[in-house]
Amino acid sequence: MYSQGLIGADDSTEETPEFLEAFQKRIDSEDKIEPNDAMPEGYRRTLIRMIGQHAHSEIVGMLPEGNWITRAPTLKRKAALLAKVQDEGGHGLYLYSAAETLGVSRAQMTEELLEGKAKYSSIFNYPTLTWADIGAIGWLVDGAAIMNQIPLCRTSFGPYARAMIRVCKEESFHQRQGYEIMMVLARGSEKQKAMAQDALDRWWWPSLMMFGPHDSDSQHGDQSMRWKIKRFTNDELRQKFVDATVPQAEFIGLKMPDPDLKWNEERGHYDFGPIDWDEFWRVVKGKGQMNRERIKARRKAWDEGAWVREAALAHAAKRRARQEANRQAAE
Amino acid sequence: MTDKEMLFEYVLRLADDHLVLAHRLSEWCGHAPMLEEDLALPNISLDLLGQARSLYSYAGEIEGKGRGEDELAYVRPEHDYHNLLLLELDNGDFARTMLRLYLFAAFMELFWESMLSSKDEALAAIAAKAIKETRYHVRHSAEWVIRLGDGTAESARRMSEAMEDLQPYCSELFETDAVTEFVAKQGIGTDPATLEDAWQADIAKIFREARLDGDGLADGYQTGGRNGRHTEAMGFLLADLQYMQRAYPGMEW
Ligand SMILES: [Fe+2]
Ligand SMILES: [Fe+2]
Ligand SMILES: [Fe+2]
Repeated sequence: MYSQGLIGADDSTEETPEFLEAFQKRIDSEDKIEPNDAMPEGYRRTLIRMIGQHAHSEIVGMLPEGNWITRAPTLKRKAALLAKVQDEGGHGLYLYSAAETLGVSRAQMTEELLEGKAKYSSIFNYPTLTWADIGAIGWLVDGAAIMNQIPLCRTSFGPYARAMIRVCKEESFHQRQGYEIMMVLARGSEKQKAMAQDALDRWWWPSLMMFGPHDSDSQHGDQSMRWKIKRFTNDELRQKFVDATVPQAEFIGLKMPDPDLKWNEERGHYDFGPIDWDEFWRVVKGKGQMNRERIKARRKAWDEGAWVREAALAHAAKRRARQEANRQAAE
Repeated sequence: MTDKEMLFEYVLRLADDHLVLAHRLSEWCGHAPMLEEDLALPNISLDLLGQARSLYSYAGEIEGKGRGEDELAYVRPEHDYHNLLLLELDNGDFARTMLRLYLFAAFMELFWESMLSSKDEALAAIAAKAIKETRYHVRHSAEWVIRLGDGTAESARRMSEAMEDLQPYCSELFETDAVTEFVAKQGIGTDPATLEDAWQADIAKIFREARLDGDGLADGYQTGGRNGRHTEAMGFLLADLQYMQRAYPGMEW
């Protein structure tokens, strides 16, 4: 889903001032940059990193929700969840393809993920403990992803922008579906309502962290904004998300776990309490409950699938050899 | 059994088959050997789940006691599930998963084809939708059976092992009893025994291409699924499937 809080990006670049100026002119005239166009190395690197992190997030994001497919409470919910998780895999696939246009392979990116070198959205290092987490993730996590991705539909790099247009439609469907799960729970029995509130209590703050560090603490925001890779700052998007989501919680009778949350008439926005950045960095750096589990699960699937991938390649080679032999025999 | 009970039982068996296999395939989601299969397996699982839902809804209508798809799918005791044992076994590795899917899909392709002319309009309509999906399941799984059978030494070994694992369960596909005889006589259902030769011929072609020895695949000996006598795997499957409905009975989700 997500790439706003790009961690560890490097947008330094070494081209001549004339080249950079000409490139900036194209950007400023809202020209889309395409894979074969000349571009600053820093621009290329930032995009590879950003699209790669986004792709990995889609793939790792299949795990926490996939955890509930076999236990979904009804056939309708089971089908919807299965379809949702499959969509996320599809997003991963488009995004890897978009990144490949910049000269990096899916295999390389996968390797970096499995070796723990590439980041993915830290939100997926939190556990999914109850069925309500499936509602909360759709509503809040897909909801936060959309806030971030709608502007990315206009990002300066063509293949990424086009991938986002396709992806955004599905993400908004996921968001509505998640919210509807929460609504049903919130209007259900006492136990269901408690389950929904508990999920909101656990997912609210991590969802706000998805937008990344405050603008004042984010080193890479400015260049990415100038290159129109990003169109809004982390804090702007976070505020939009809060403003959109708080009334939705009120509407279904759930309470945001933030005593400082209140409407500020003067600003025309909700004020909200301080984010626990220690927790954010702790989880980013590997100490969330599920960091090790998520990567181990991906590595296990990859390692245990090695013989399958090898067999597919071996079979394709045999088939080509036989076709070649038949062709020669026919000549 | 009354006529209505016979038809109910016939449809319920089919529904259980589809639910149980859909459940097993869904376990792969996010854990497949490659991203393409992380998309394909849930896709097939979704088709099967859709078929199960149509069948459960229809079974509920036949029964006429107000049980909907979820009451049928989620809250029966183990003994009342009447699926084929073949479909409830653990996935095992990717070879076994694909071989099972192939053996079942190849059977269902013949089955749904024969059901297109069912005198029961609801079943004929379900067949018309299912046949298209099932053809894709056959294609997809047969390709994997061929790739793995004729891939590397390791993949061929795993395929042979999968054949040994599943062989005892294949004969159950073709079992006949009072229920199948009744629906066949009424022209509303197919007697599975009539499909066995065609199935053997279909799979023999694929196995030849996969350089696998498929002899004796239908000489299985395990039985009991249609009467609710299951394998050890079923209890664990139901523990997952039924968890929410058992822990929080009678709620809307
Ligand atoms: Fe996304
Ligand atoms: Fe996504
Ligand atoms: Fe999504």
